[in-house]
Amino acid sequence: MASAVLFDNVSKHFAEVVAVDGVDLTIEDGEFFSMLGPSGSGKTTCLRMIAGFERPTSGRLLLRGTDVSGLPPYDRDVNTVFQDYALFPHMTVAENVGYGLMVRKVGQAERRNRVDEALALVHLETLGNRRPAQLSGGQRQRVALARALVNRPSVLLLDEPLGALDLKLRQEMQIELKALQREVGITFIYVTHDQEEALTMSDRLAVFNHGRVEQIGTPADVYESPRNAFVAGFVGVSNVVESAMAARLRGAPEPFTVRPEKITLSDRTVEPPDGTVSVEGTVIEATYLGMYSRYRVDVDGAVLLVASQNLDVDHSEVGAIRGKRVRLFWSERSCRPLAEAADDEKGPRPLTRLGS
Amino acid sequence: MRTKGWGLKAAALGAILYLHVPIVFVFLYAFTTEEASFRFPPPGLTTRWFAVAWANADIRAALGLSLRVAFVSMIVALILGTLTAGAVWRTKFFGRETLSLFIILPIALPGIITGIALRSAINLVDLPFSFWTIVIGHATFCVAVAYNNVIARLRRTSPSLIEASMDLGARGWQTFRHVLLPQMSSALVTGGMLAFALSFDEIIVTTFTAGNQQTLPIWIFSSLVRPRNRPVTNVVALVVVVLTFVPIALAQRFSRRAEEAT
Repeated sequence: MASAVLFDNVSKHFAEVVAVDGVDLTIEDGEFFSMLGPSGSGKTTCLRMIAGFERPTSGRLLLRGTDVSGLPPYDRDVNTVFQDYALFPHMTVAENVGYGLMVRKVGQAERRNRVDEALALVHLETLGNRRPAQLSGGQRQRVALARALVNRPSVLLLDEPLGALDLKLRQEMQIELKALQREVGITFIYVTHDQEEALTMSDRLAVFNHGRVEQIGTPADVYESPRNAFVAGFVGVSNVVESAMAARLRGAPEPFTVRPEKITLSDRTVEPPDGTVSVEGTVIEATYLGMYSRYRVDVDGAVLLVASQNLDVDHSEVGAIRGKRVRLFWSERSCRPLAEAADDEKGPRPLTRLGS
Repeated sequence: MRTKGWGLKAAALGAILYLHVPIVFVFLYAFTTEEASFRFPPPGLTTRWFAVAWANADIRAALGLSLRVAFVSMIVALILGTLTAGAVWRTKFFGRETLSLFIILPIALPGIITGIALRSAINLVDLPFSFWTIVIGHATFCVAVAYNNVIARLRRTSPSLIEASMDLGARGWQTFRHVLLPQMSSALVTGGMLAFALSFDEIIVTTFTAGNQQTLPIWIFSSLVRPRNRPVTNVVALVVVVLTFVPIALAQRFSRRAEEAT
C-alpha cells in the first residue's frame, strides 16, 4: 500500500518569498504525524498544500500514490480542522457536521446516522441543535473535529487546533485527540509550534525551519538525538557545546549537545564518578520552579543551563547557591553528537553556547 | 447633573421640533378642506385629496416611474455592489483601495456635481434621455450603499469559512449558495432597501438625467408653483415619506437582528 502522503522535492514560492524549499516527506497510513516549527517555517504551507488550498510551485505531492498537485480541495480525500474552527455561524451544530455529507448528496437517513455517530465520537450528542455562538471554545473545537471526521477522510489535517484553548483544556484535548486517532485509525497530520504538544501526541514528527525539514523521527529520536543546533534548541531546551570546548572536555573536537536535566550540579569538592564529563563554573542565576530549579552557570564565559529536580533542597537553599562555585557533571552517553554544524546564517541561535 | 441638564434637554427638544414640525404640517394639510390658502387650524379635515391624487394620471405615471427606477436601480446596485465587494475582499490587486474609494465617493459628492457630470457625459455620447439615464444616475450612489453593506459584512466573515466549505467537498456554486449567500443575506436586504429608498426620493441628480420625464419628487417640485394643487402635493409628499421610511426602518431592524445573531 502506498504512503498516505508523499512530498517529492516540493517547493512553494509566494512572489519572492520561499515558503517551502525542496521538502521530501513520507507520512505512513494510520500515523499521528506532527509538523513542528516556529511561525514562518513552512509547516502550515505544507499542510495547506495537502488540503489543496495552495499549489506547489515545483515538485510532486502524492496522496496514496496519486499525484494530486493540480486537484482542487473538493476532489481530495482529505479534511481539515482549522485554527479558528471555521464553523458556519448560520447553521446548527448538526448542520455543520452534516455539511460535507449534504454537499456530497448523501441521503437524509444515512446523513442523520453519521452525524449522530460523529457527534457521539466527540461527546456532543446533546448539542446538535445549538448554534456555534452558543458553544464554549472547547465545544467548538469538538464540532470542528466531528465535521472533518464525518466524511471519513483518509487523512485528517489539524492546523494548530488547540491554540485558542487554555492550558488545562489543551492538555486534556491532547490526550483525547491521541485516543480519538487510535479509535478511528485515520492518518492525522498535526501542525504546531508547541514542542510539548508534538512530543505528547506524535508517532513521528518533522521539525521545520526556513521552509526545510531539519529532522524527521520519533519524539524520542528527535529529543534524544537532535541532528543540529536548531533542533536541539527548538525541541526542548539544550546546551550546544562547540568544538573547541568539546575538545577540552572530551578530547575530541566534535560538537555535541547535552540536555539541562542530564546535568548534575554539585559541590566543587565532589569527585565526579567515572564515565562522566565534568566541568567547574559559577552560578549566575538560580530560579526555584517548585518541581525543579533552573540554574544558569557561567563556564569560562559561556553559559550552561542546568535543570535539577528539588529532591533534597528547599526554596531558600536554591536561592543561596547563586554566586557559588560549583561542579557540573554528566554521563558520557548524555553527550549527543550533532550530525550537522550549526548554520549561523539561517535560523535562530541556540539558547546557549559553550566554548567558541 | 439633574438640575443642570434641563438647558441641554430643552435645546435638544427644540432642535428635534425644528426638524420635524414642518413634516407634521405637510401631513396635516394633506387632510385640509381648503384648497389654496393655509389657515391654522385647518377649517376641516377630509380624505378626498387622496382620491383626487389617485385619479390624476400625471401622479400615477410619476409614481410608477419612480417605483420602477427605484426597483431597477436597487437590482443593478446589488449586483454590481456585491461583485465589487467580493473582488475587493477576496483578492489583492493594484489600485484596490482606490477602487474602493471611487465606489463610495458618490455618497460624499454633492448631487449637483454628480448631476452635471452625468449630464455632460450623456450629451457627449449623444444618449437620448430615457428610463435608463435615470437609472444610471441613481445607480452611482445606490451601488455605493450596496457595496458598503456587503463589504462590511464580508470583512467580518472569516475567509476560512470558504476554505472549510471547499475542504468538505462543496464546489464553487455550492459554497456560494450554502455559505456565502446566507452570510451576506442580511447585508443584501439592508443594502437593497436603503438603495431603494435613496433612489425613490432622489431629485437633484434626477433633474439632470431625466429630460422631460417626471419622477414623483420632480412632480412635487413642479407642483409647488401651482397653489391650487397644494393639498394634493401634500398627499404625494406623504406617500413619498411613507414609501422611503418603511424600507429604511425595516433595513435598520434587519441589520440590528443580524448583528445580534453573530
